[in-house]
Amino acid sequence: MTWLAWRQLRFQALAAYVAVVAAAVVLAVTGKRIVALAEPAGAIFDRLTASDRTLFWSGLIVMAVLPALLGAFWGAPLVARELEHGTHRLVWVQSVTRMRWFGVKVGLTVLGAALAVSALTWAVTRWANPLDGATSATHGGFPSRLTPVSFAMRGIVPVSYAVFALALGITLGIVLRRSVPAMALTLLLYVAVQVAVPLWVRPHLAAPVDQSVTISRATLDGISSSGPGGPLTVSAHRADRGDWILSNRTVDASGRVAALPSWLSTCLPGPGAEAPPVSGQTRVPAPVNSLDSCFARLASEGYRQEIVYQPADRFWTLQWRESGLYLGLAAVVGGVGLWWLRERVS
Amino acid sequence: MTAVLRTNGLGKRYRRRWALSDCTLSIPEGRVTGLVGPNGAGKTTLLNLAVGMLKPTAGTVEVCGGPPAVAAAALARVGFVAQETPTYAGLTVAEHLRLGARLNPGWDDVVATSRIARLGLDPKQKAGRLSGGQRAQLALTLGLAKRPELLILDEPVSSLDPLARREFLQVLMEAVGEQELSVVLSSHVVSDLERVCDHLVVLVDSGVRVEGDVETLLDTHHRLTGLRRDSRSLPADQTVVSDRHTDRQSTFVVRTESPILDPAWSVSRLGLEDLVLTYMEQAAAPEAAQALEVVR
Repeated sequence: MTWLAWRQLRFQALAAYVAVVAAAVVLAVTGKRIVALAEPAGAIFDRLTASDRTLFWSGLIVMAVLPALLGAFWGAPLVARELEHGTHRLVWVQSVTRMRWFGVKVGLTVLGAALAVSALTWAVTRWANPLDGATSATHGGFPSRLTPVSFAMRGIVPVSYAVFALALGITLGIVLRRSVPAMALTLLLYVAVQVAVPLWVRPHLAAPVDQSVTISRATLDGISSSGPGGPLTVSAHRADRGDWILSNRTVDASGRVAALPSWLSTCLPGPGAEAPPVSGQTRVPAPVNSLDSCFARLASEGYRQEIVYQPADRFWTLQWRESGLYLGLAAVVGGVGLWWLRERVS
Repeated sequence: MTAVLRTNGLGKRYRRRWALSDCTLSIPEGRVTGLVGPNGAGKTTLLNLAVGMLKPTAGTVEVCGGPPAVAAAALARVGFVAQETPTYAGLTVAEHLRLGARLNPGWDDVVATSRIARLGLDPKQKAGRLSGGQRAQLALTLGLAKRPELLILDEPVSSLDPLARREFLQVLMEAVGEQELSVVLSSHVVSDLERVCDHLVVLVDSGVRVEGDVETLLDTHHRLTGLRRDSRSLPADQTVVSDRHTDRQSTFVVRTESPILDPAWSVSRLGLEDLVLTYMEQAAAPEAAQALEVVR
């Protein structure tokens, strides 16, 4: 049975492994440069060239796409193609039970996919390691490894994504009995889950940290305004440490989410200071370098900044929990497929 | 007589429609049994239930003394050549044999390779490029080389041209002679079965209309033609299968063990095809028969 399963998978496996090996070679070659850049400690992000940045983003894209492709091109046709061509009527009447046939086929496919994804994730993670590990106020414009875009392309979660995508593809192939619709629906549902999890599930995989700080020059990250003269919003945190900020809101003395007081725009230097005075009001001239006094007045009126976040050191905790979540989903979806194959397919 | 295939109250429902309902039959061992019936009679459903491709909604089915496809050993006892004789288009003939060898503990490689050689199939040829007849032969080879006790074929020749049809049945008959195996094959073309079957089951609307050895069936059915008379006037040991009346003349098909003695009849023997068609018509037109009664 293993021979047949391998014979049917080998071309797809070859294509995937050639691609993975090619990507790994590129990453291994260029990775040396990144390590060298990090060598004199400090501003690694300033030394990156445009091609380094392209490679960083390509790494993310390849990692994002590979599990989806495996689910659609390995998973969906696995049983659907047999049903389409009627060959299940040939293979299910050999001296191998339907469940064993399915088990071997699925086992080999999942193993092959997991190996390919592991290898690629390892190569990408290793390549990006100097960048992921560096701390910097801006992080060079790259997402930190805990924030949604990078998190899903590092560590171990990609393997669980691949297993889930395969389970989804296989089951949809069994239920729909057609390869192409099953492939399309697999991609659609997989993307939906990939969007839903970081939005609504991952923040709660571990209880996030709530922090309340007074707004000061030390804690301020930035002040922004929605259009000239519009209300101001501030975001505050102690520099970029790779934490995943879930919410960053200003609350008033009563603890409710509030807009910043209108006097702040006239108090602060910058775009607010140049705003024309409102008619009928006496304009208090804004002294330069009044930031500290502005913040002091905010604090005395009871305004604080509330930050909800996942600390950077939870990377592996969240990785394990999310992998568990996806593997659980894969087991449920795969179980449905197994049941359907045994009871509903002929 | 041991039954190689036995069903009891067997039924299969797809959503609301019953493809087969309350089917009870018993097919004897060591015979080549033809399963005939019109399209939609439930032949394919019955055979798929027998090999375990389908699970019954009602009733039971037993092949070679046990439920089908529950374990590898049960699967090994039954060979199946499905409708349209599916093969893997991307695999070569040789790879199909390898598939059979890997997947069947009782695989007979001598049977397989010699059969392929005799058929003149190129082992390196992809199955997708074989003709319909060659593909059917390859599927049959897989079914035979597995060395089953029972070989089930579902409309194996329906998509073949007359020449390929004859070759296929010839190969099948040779194999039956060489290996001691029971065969059940379905068809809606009686002339195909006439050449190969020694046992016959006529299935109409999932019910068995008639079943028996072909010779016995032919010997016990007679067509009687004579002056018009009522079917009730026939002797009690003559079962009327069909009756047809014109103004003057009546034609009966009767089944009886005893000879026809009434000199008023001109008696003729039925061919297998006529016999089967008579039973099929009987099922199709009960209303027509009633209407005739009223007119009279």
